[in-house]
Amino acid sequence: MTHVLDPGTLEAGTRPAPGSGAPFDDVTRSDAALRAFLHGLPGVDQVGAEQRAATLGTRSIKTTAKAWAIDTAISMVDLTTLEGADTPGKVRSLAAKARRPDPTDPAAPAVAAVCVYGDLAGVAVEALEGTGIHVAAVATAFPSGRASREVKLADVRDAVGNGADEIDMVIDRGAFLSGRYLEVFEEIVAVKEACGTAHLKVILETGELVTLDNARRASWLAMLAGADFIKTSTGKVSPAATLPVCLVMLEAVRDFRAATGTQVGVKPAGGIRTTKDAVKHLVMVNETVGADWLSPDWFRFGASSLLNDLLLQRQKLRTGHYSGPDHVSVD
Amino acid sequence: MPDRLAVRKTYKLYVNGAFPRSESGRTYEVTDARGAFLANAAHASRKDARDAVVAARGAFGKWSRATAYNRGQVLYRVAEVMEGRHAQFCEEVAAGEGLSAGRARVVVDAAIDRWVWYAGWTDKLASVLGSANPVAGPFFDFSLPEPTGVVAVLAPQRSSLLGLVSVLAPVLAGGNTAVVVTSRERPLPAVTLGEVLATSDVPGGVVNLLTGDAAEIGPWLAEHDDVDAIDLTGAPAGRALELERLAAGSIKRVLRPPAEEPDWTADPGTGRMTRFLETKTVWHPKGV
Repeated sequence: MTHVLDPGTLEAGTRPAPGSGAPFDDVTRSDAALRAFLHGLPGVDQVGAEQRAATLGTRSIKTTAKAWAIDTAISMVDLTTLEGADTPGKVRSLAAKARRPDPTDPAAPAVAAVCVYGDLAGVAVEALEGTGIHVAAVATAFPSGRASREVKLADVRDAVGNGADEIDMVIDRGAFLSGRYLEVFEEIVAVKEACGTAHLKVILETGELVTLDNARRASWLAMLAGADFIKTSTGKVSPAATLPVCLVMLEAVRDFRAATGTQVGVKPAGGIRTTKDAVKHLVMVNETVGADWLSPDWFRFGASSLLNDLLLQRQKLRTGHYSGPDHVSVD
Repeated sequence: MPDRLAVRKTYKLYVNGAFPRSESGRTYEVTDARGAFLANAAHASRKDARDAVVAARGAFGKWSRATAYNRGQVLYRVAEVMEGRHAQFCEEVAAGEGLSAGRARVVVDAAIDRWVWYAGWTDKLASVLGSANPVAGPFFDFSLPEPTGVVAVLAPQRSSLLGLVSVLAPVLAGGNTAVVVTSRERPLPAVTLGEVLATSDVPGGVVNLLTGDAAEIGPWLAEHDDVDAIDLTGAPAGRALELERLAAGSIKRVLRPPAEEPDWTADPGTGRMTRFLETKTVWHPKGV
């Protein structure tokens, strides 16, 4: 079963004008057209999605495959600290951990990025200079997103000015849930513009969107507006990243690429704490969108405690006996 | 009256205050001393041991920080609940160890008494083992016993209740948490003890009981980096040295097994408690 959207099958009213470049330009022409398009997306079979996610979660990944999965997962981690108590010192120690997650084993890969609040992005940039590790900053009045657009854009510009090369924005869930889709769309477009060359990750906060149908609509909305990544959650709301939500978002990026040729990344964040969870996600990526997405450029884990569990499992595979929390750094 | 259909039991493990099946799905038959079927027990695997260590580590903070008085109360309450299950313990000990009903009652009485005895020790350890040290300087200098941490216990293979209590209670009295591998052939009193612990006030994870084979799980516990000490009392014959060698990799405290299983009715002394205690010394400047 596939949900690939062929622009040719769109209803007459929403079909792009002949000669239009992007196939979906037309659906963002007006609030009504956008709503018609988003509500015209195929509904998500919730029971089916949960079952599919549960089935994929039972795959047994062992020995060399497990070692590969652990290293791949480590290289996909956005090592995150988003606390009110964050200090430059904490960000620097996090950056040190990002460069060299396991000091006892130089073969352990570095993580993909460090994710901090915008005001600390400069500290992270300095600490990670020359390593190729990205610096992601959350912006747009993270985590609630409740601020005027000027404030949100200023927040983004500030983070980019501090050197962040990835921006994690939150969508206005209030506007989305009350059906003002075009407002959300325009905001993402404006933020994308403010990002300049920085990559834009759009946080849907699926825990607040409630249904999988909404998760699919928000995914499409974000991708139409130019998101480079779609991200499940802020990590501040429960439930955060769940396998069914991630499945729906992966299907959305797959369908979006099939329809437009543009590849968009996915980042589950929040609630992924164990190696087992991470491996389940990797299995789902491979089975849903294929190996094209199995790279830190297209799939990330937003996590803090996950990295330590990955390292413990890695040490277990390397040494043959169980390791303990005393053998990894405390975040 | 028609014959009742037998309710056959398949027991589970006791890990983190819950009763999970073995992750491996394995069970094995437990028979009485004459070989007749008693029940099925879960056959713990290395992953069950791993989960149990995580649970024990998680419970360590709360249990070790509880006041000694409170720990004593909690342990005494366990003895109370054991007393309520007296008949069940007698039946299981008699069947498993092949004892007469009268002899089994003596053993169960001794086990409960031993638990009470150790419960009484919790708030006396610091006075007996601690000291105010005379030092050559203007300092108050105190030494106090502190629990070692997560202790793996290979319980005695023959004495299924008195032996089990005699190795488990001293570990708990000092404030440690325990992962216990029970007697393989005679696990039922341990299973019942798990039910006792679950219905008393001992926080989940403080005691984790794995029914199964010490020869299989022992090495994983011995080399586990997050286990701080191991009691090899029930180690399989001839394997203790190997286990001690594995334990050396993470510098564990090791309690070596006696040459053969001791007479558990003898006065236990404080040796088993002190083996799993560390001494912390505090220097404090004296004011004028």
